[in-house]
Amino acid sequence: MKMITAIIRNSKIDALNVALNEIGVHGMTTTYVNGYGKQKGATEVYRGAEMEIKFNPKIRVDIAVTDDKTDQTIGVIVDTAKTGNVGDGKIFITEISKVVRVRTGETNEQVL
Amino acid sequence: MKKKHLNFIGILLILLSITSVAKAEVSAETAYIFNTFSFLIHGILVMLMAAGFAMLEAGMVRTKNTAAICLKNIALYSIGGLMFYLIGYALMYPGEFNGILGIGDIFYDPLESEIAGEPNVEDGYSKPSDWFFQMVFAATAISIVSGAVAERVKVIPFLLFAAIMTAIIYPIYGSWTWGGGFLAEFGFSDFAGSTIVHSVGGWAALVGCLVIGARKGKYNQDGSVNALPGANLPLSTLGTFLLWFGWFGFNGGSQLALGSAADAAQMSIVYVNTNLAAAAGVMASIILAQIIYKKIDLTLALNGALAGLVAITAGPDVGSHFVAIVVGAIGGILSTLAIPLLDRFKIDDVVGAIPVHLVGGIWGTLAVAIFGGGSFIAQLYGIMMAGVLTVPLAFLAFCLLKYTVGLRVSETTEDSGVDMPELGLQAYPEFKH
Repeated sequence: MKMITAIIRNSKIDALNVALNEIGVHGMTTTYVNGYGKQKGATEVYRGAEMEIKFNPKIRVDIAVTDDKTDQTIGVIVDTAKTGNVGDGKIFITEISKVVRVRTGETNEQVL
Repeated sequence: MKKKHLNFIGILLILLSITSVAKAEVSAETAYIFNTFSFLIHGILVMLMAAGFAMLEAGMVRTKNTAAICLKNIALYSIGGLMFYLIGYALMYPGEFNGILGIGDIFYDPLESEIAGEPNVEDGYSKPSDWFFQMVFAATAISIVSGAVAERVKVIPFLLFAAIMTAIIYPIYGSWTWGGGFLAEFGFSDFAGSTIVHSVGGWAALVGCLVIGARKGKYNQDGSVNALPGANLPLSTLGTFLLWFGWFGFNGGSQLALGSAADAAQMSIVYVNTNLAAAAGVMASIILAQIIYKKIDLTLALNGALAGLVAITAGPDVGSHFVAIVVGAIGGILSTLAIPLLDRFKIDDVVGAIPVHLVGGIWGTLAVAIFGGGSFIAQLYGIMMAGVLTVPLAFLAFCLLKYTVGLRVSETTEDSGVDMPELGLQAYPEFKH
């Protein structure tokens, strides 16, 4: 089982949700986050004074998937979240050692 | 067929008689009613400018200081009215005086005849209507200061300054021209107060900013500027529209009469010139910001509208509509250029009161002479005198407050925002800062 953590543009979250449902991946957790990657922030001007925007707003999506769905899920995220411009985001994949459903106590693949 | 023809002639005769009546002078009572009506209706328009200032400022500060700025605005408007009742009106309109300082009856009252319900129509207008119209101007002058020193001034000391401003500083300068003092004698011309209201407010704002110092974190050691963006630009936009709306009262009402067709015509010209100047101020700011910064800045466009309005205020009755556009556009350009210039001198004016009201006011007052509405020397003299009176008095008042009750909030209060420590509440309790 893998935890896929994707940092994507805010505007892409609805499309990603639909696309993941289509391939049978159900369940995700989203968080509004601020940060920067290689592009750094941006510089804007407010009333003639330079204003550095150090952290850009993004959405973080956490999706737990079974091993066989991992590559397909990553492919869907890349396809839906990509605009080709700087700032499209990143995807991080980590191993999950155990998953438990709170209501029933079921574990691992049964839950996902 | 014949009957119809007769009817037509009859209607024509009626129309002709109406036209001739309209051209004749109205009765003294009718003129009294219309003049009074003009003062009252234009007065409430100017009163709405207090709401405009409140919203403009509420949007330009950060959320942690919003409740304090709202309180300051409603309190200063109230103080302005009370002080103008107490002494302001008496200082500003002393009647016969030496031209520099005089005082009429303090504790303003309506005329005996008005209280008795038998006003003398030969007076031309009701005395309370004039008082009301003049009072809202005094409140405008102190509103200007409020935004400049926002986010670090203590509430009560600021309100004490508001009292000094509306009781003493503004009325004395006003008396020099509108009260029939020595500037009026000299030929100084300021239709609705580019200098008398706006520059005086602007000078006081400048002195206030210098005495109190910049907001913490606004300027770095190396002189670079940190932008502290306003929290709610829709509010600032609404505030600007309210000010623009109220300005028709400010300038239109300053015709001071509506008892003749000539006054009505002149007032209409003033309305249109006022609107065009503001529009030109906005567009000039937008274009200039796009050229300098490669992006349009909404707050500069809002300031541009106000600078255009302030600029046309000295002479909305002078010149053509096209001249009004030129005056307003130059006002917008000057305010847009003055904003970063103030930052260079580390003068932290939160809402742009100094560029709009002082710079715009000076320009508008000079423009009257440039476009043939007065002598250049007289205009320059009036502008100078506004500084000569306001700067030392405001400096004295601000310093007195600074070294007695204190003018500035503590560093901790500034960090946390003025709202909680000074007022014990937040403007937006459900938002995180």
